[in-house]
Amino acid sequence: MTTRSAFDRQLTQIQEEMLLLGTMVDNAIERSVRSLTERDIELARQVIADDLRINKKRYDIEDKCLELIATQQPLASDLRTIVSVLYIIVDLERMADHAEGTAKIALMLADEPPIVPLIDIPRMAEIARQMLIASLETLKDRDADRARALCDQDDEVDALYDKVYGELVKLMVDDANIERATHLIWVAHNLERIADRVTNICERVVYLVEGKLEELNVSTY
Amino acid sequence: MVTSETSVPIQYAAVPMKARIDNEMDTKQEPAMEVRDLSAFYGNFRALRSVTLPVPKQRISAIIGPSGCGKSTLIRCLNRMNELIPGFRVEGEVLFEGKNLYDKKVDAVEVRRRIGMVFQKPNPFPKSNYDNVAFGARINGYEGKLDEIVERALRQAALWEEVKDKLHKSALALSGGQQQRLCIARTLAIEPEVILMDEPCSALDPVATLKIEDLMRELAREYSIVIVTHNMQQAARVADFTAVMMMGEDRAGELIEYGPTNEIFTNPKEKRTEDYITGRFG
Repeated sequence: MTTRSAFDRQLTQIQEEMLLLGTMVDNAIERSVRSLTERDIELARQVIADDLRINKKRYDIEDKCLELIATQQPLASDLRTIVSVLYIIVDLERMADHAEGTAKIALMLADEPPIVPLIDIPRMAEIARQMLIASLETLKDRDADRARALCDQDDEVDALYDKVYGELVKLMVDDANIERATHLIWVAHNLERIADRVTNICERVVYLVEGKLEELNVSTY
Repeated sequence: MVTSETSVPIQYAAVPMKARIDNEMDTKQEPAMEVRDLSAFYGNFRALRSVTLPVPKQRISAIIGPSGCGKSTLIRCLNRMNELIPGFRVEGEVLFEGKNLYDKKVDAVEVRRRIGMVFQKPNPFPKSNYDNVAFGARINGYEGKLDEIVERALRQAALWEEVKDKLHKSALALSGGQQQRLCIARTLAIEPEVILMDEPCSALDPVATLKIEDLMRELAREYSIVIVTHNMQQAARVADFTAVMMMGEDRAGELIEYGPTNEIFTNPKEKRTEDYITGRFG
């Protein structure tokens, strides 16, 4: 039986807004890679402009979290929820920055002839986005086991990154397309970092549910 | 992401309370006191059921829980203060220096000298500040330099600077916060080893409360302190260890969880603790 219904509503609200932020970020990732593959300048510009909205959303949620800490003295799972939201919104906002970086590269490469067909980069984006959405679902469902399992998918993204990196370096050596290949490596790197940040979200889900800080998906490099 | 070295999970639910407590204690140090399987009765009414709890040396232990859960009964059992109530009796043990306080050979007055108590409402005697602090030493027949005892106790209680020029003025002229620190000085003057505080700040304003809390942290360098408080934030701020009590179905108080304060307030193991400290109890 709850005796803190106003506080409960506010706690629910910050989590819903965080999920909305997650959707905005997922959308930014999808559009940034599409602007690159479809050489869509207008779409790339939208992604860059929308990043400001994402930043604002993050700060709005942060303000609400700080207000709850200051006024409600949250403890136990309430405290862990707010702390987790505070960390997750930072990761989400940084993912959006990676998407913005990809959109800027899309602008730079829009007038250049493609050096390779883009197959693995969209695949990386697809896996990273699946991971992102799933990680937010684990938070909603308070499912620490699924959050742990989800981190394994990061290895797939890492493997694709290694593949893309190797192919592009080879291309630089063979054909001297150094600038364009470097830009594409940056895109792949952005996507690889997005997947890494999803594992941070999963770590926060484990913390929220079980109260344990646990490193998931330890790098094998 | 860095993993906390202290994050090794302890499966409390599967471990009996006594084992849990042993797990949490610093095994290098003997506790100042130990409550073992203590039950307390007021006539036929059972107020406490089988409480087992350590009082770690030179640490602050908080006892929290809703009204009527037996917090005050428990803390008053730690220096036999309840004995003054007709019909009161205990089962179980409260060990102090290896001896059961309730052993018939143990002198209750000596117990209360070595295990001092500060009460909810400041209760200075209608005497001067000096006489309040010197009171215990005088009735115990102390023949040394009372001035030194009074000054030391007032300094320890962080009150010396405020009263040194009015030592012989009435204690009743002090503010509530000063009166409570005077009562702490009065307790310290007879050099106890353990200090029990039963809601020592409930009658004080926030500034006076913070002064007492600062003082408690200072005193914990020398003394073992047990505090009963309704203010969970206060327990979170000052206590090293926290015990959570609840009322059982027969209204007897029970210890439901005990552990390091940071764990109790960030990741309690018991659902009832979680519900209580997050304000979803009742």
